[in-house]
Amino acid sequence: MKKRLVFAVMATAAVSLILAACGSSKSSSSTSTSSSDSKTLKVAALEGGYGADVWKQVAKDFEAANPGVKVKLTIDKKLESVISPQMKAGDYPDVVHLATGRPDGLTETMIKGNNMENISDVMNMKIPGESKTVKDVIRPGFDGTLATEPYGDGKTYMMPMFYAPTGLFYNKALLKENGWSVPKTWDEMIALGQKAKAKGIALFTYPTTGYMDSLSYSLLADIGGKSYFNKAMAYDHDAWSGSNGTKYFDSVGQLLKQTASTTVANASNENYRKNQQLILDNKALFMPNGTWVVDEMKDAPRAKGFEWGFTALPSIKADDQYAYTYFEQIWVPKAAKNKTLAKKFIAFMYSDKAAKDFLKGGAVQPIKTIDSQLTTQQKTFYDVYNQGAKVLVGGFKNAKAVEGVNWTDTLFGEMTSVTSGSKSVKSWQSDVVKAADQLR
Amino acid sequence: MTGSNSARTRFIWLCLSPAVILMAIFMLYPVVSVFQMSLYKWGGYSPDKQFVGLDNFKILAGDMNFIRSFQNTILLIVVVTVFTLAFALVFAAILTRVKFKGIGLFRVIFYIPNILSIVVISAMFSAIYDPTQGLLNSFLRLFHPANWAGIQWLGNEKIVIFSLAITLIWQAIGYYMVMYMSSMASIPEDLYESSALDGAGVLKQFFSITLPLTWSTIRTTLTFFVISTINLSFLLVTAMTGGGPNGSTEVFLSYMYKQANTNSAYGYGMAIGVVVFGFSFILSAVLQAITKRDIYEF
Repeated sequence: MKKRLVFAVMATAAVSLILAACGSSKSSSSTSTSSSDSKTLKVAALEGGYGADVWKQVAKDFEAANPGVKVKLTIDKKLESVISPQMKAGDYPDVVHLATGRPDGLTETMIKGNNMENISDVMNMKIPGESKTVKDVIRPGFDGTLATEPYGDGKTYMMPMFYAPTGLFYNKALLKENGWSVPKTWDEMIALGQKAKAKGIALFTYPTTGYMDSLSYSLLADIGGKSYFNKAMAYDHDAWSGSNGTKYFDSVGQLLKQTASTTVANASNENYRKNQQLILDNKALFMPNGTWVVDEMKDAPRAKGFEWGFTALPSIKADDQYAYTYFEQIWVPKAAKNKTLAKKFIAFMYSDKAAKDFLKGGAVQPIKTIDSQLTTQQKTFYDVYNQGAKVLVGGFKNAKAVEGVNWTDTLFGEMTSVTSGSKSVKSWQSDVVKAADQLR
Repeated sequence: MTGSNSARTRFIWLCLSPAVILMAIFMLYPVVSVFQMSLYKWGGYSPDKQFVGLDNFKILAGDMNFIRSFQNTILLIVVVTVFTLAFALVFAAILTRVKFKGIGLFRVIFYIPNILSIVVISAMFSAIYDPTQGLLNSFLRLFHPANWAGIQWLGNEKIVIFSLAITLIWQAIGYYMVMYMSSMASIPEDLYESSALDGAGVLKQFFSITLPLTWSTIRTTLTFFVISTINLSFLLVTAMTGGGPNGSTEVFLSYMYKQANTNSAYGYGMAIGVVVFGFSFILSAVLQAITKRDIYEF
């Protein structure tokens, strides 16, 4: 009897200790939101292809421009795994530089949970150390899309950073050697694939199916124009199941059929560089990628005379050619402590000083004066818009989280099965339509 | 008399309390909260959680992707357990019963995969399975015409799960072999001698002496097989295939991780966690029940 009593007491003590422990963590997180006079700004930034040094330099410049302010940087290649546990424990960074479309989807999760601060007023803020406002210097076309206004309600929650055109990369020397010209239309590209096949070269490869997103965006806009593109981005049923949708699936299907045979086996985060190597080895003609690939593969062996070429996606309709513009995003969590200072920091991102710092690492800020500062290699990429390709920005609309339905795994992930032939283009389309219906 | 007895009891509980408290904080509380969270619709960060009862489990029952990950996990558990058990037992019997040069070296070689981290193993096997320059296809190419395309070990949706199973078996054999060896080494030599005098051969000795006397160790390792296959397959899938191509190597925990963290369905992920929890418990219990035999002593 007594033993039981003692045990009951012990158990209660243990349980109350736990409750006290988790209770206190909750209360500390709720009180921490109010203090605003603290002068330490916590900035969390993804260490992308541009390196960590650019951020250190920008942080230093911001500190110099704002005496008394200290910037505490968290830079990591896998930023999500560093800040997620901290955020779950109530310790939020003030500014986060992390784009949508990452495998872990932290930014999307923040959007879905309404955990982002409305930063619409940053546009009208004066850039620290300059006389202009952010609105004056930012390139037109980068605001007002779902990539910065995820709820489509005209309120800005994310600001654009580091933009780059996307398209197909190829070996200039290989095309010249064989007397092939860069295809301008889709049919030309498919026909070129037949010629290449005769020489044992595959038409196409992709690093992982995740890289098919920018190609798909450009292709969708090309097929049905911008209004159709926006409908597709909002998971519209007819957009995916109608004739335009069918055209998209058939076209991608054509391309996947001419994909290098080893692509699927290597299309994982561990081995994707082997697929990129196919271009360097003249085993495949084209691959979708971003401008960072040049740096990423700079130490890889390559065919004789290799020279990176870049073109916008060949168009289905002769007069329309789109090159999807990829950009990263910077945002403020709702639970951040220093929101005013955080917005000031974001405004500083568009200053000449910060843009120069970023450019040293190869990151290009979407400001009007940037063109004149680009290197020759960068110009070959960014010139794509001067050669007739139209700018395209945006991305999939923020959808509610639906248990068991993963949009990118369905739309892009199933491409591997289409490539290997275990899934027909038709059943791929019907899977995508089904997923779209559930997400809308 | 009663006074000193109650003091004694109090002292016992006092000594036990640190363990009880730690156990409650680090085992009981997390498990209970997983069960609790599986009843909510929650993204993982937002303060508002919506109670949905058993809805997550209902969706789970009709989620074909989950069912596929379930099938993959069961396939891996069965294949890995059967082959690892067989190989580990045979190798352990050879290394304890047969005397030959370099036994120590073989023990080390068999155990090495177990020291390597799973990320290293996945890098090694990625190289082995590489469709063009990989060890496996290069070897097979000896028996094929020059233009043979090779087998897509990691690219063919029908093969890739077995490629993972081979990797798991390869890394597990040494660990279980050492366990069986320690159990076999304690079997008295005279049992073998007298059975040899009675005319028993090596095979008869293995099935009539070695196997029955190591049975309790084998039973214990069956539970290990279930738990470690569930855990290691997640690590291997994450490092090697990412669940691809097109979800054909998705296992329990990788699917749970994807739903909880990538798909912003944290509650749903926890529901998968509950199913995994129940499944491994039940499977271990079933394995223990059907392998129950009288314990032989020597």
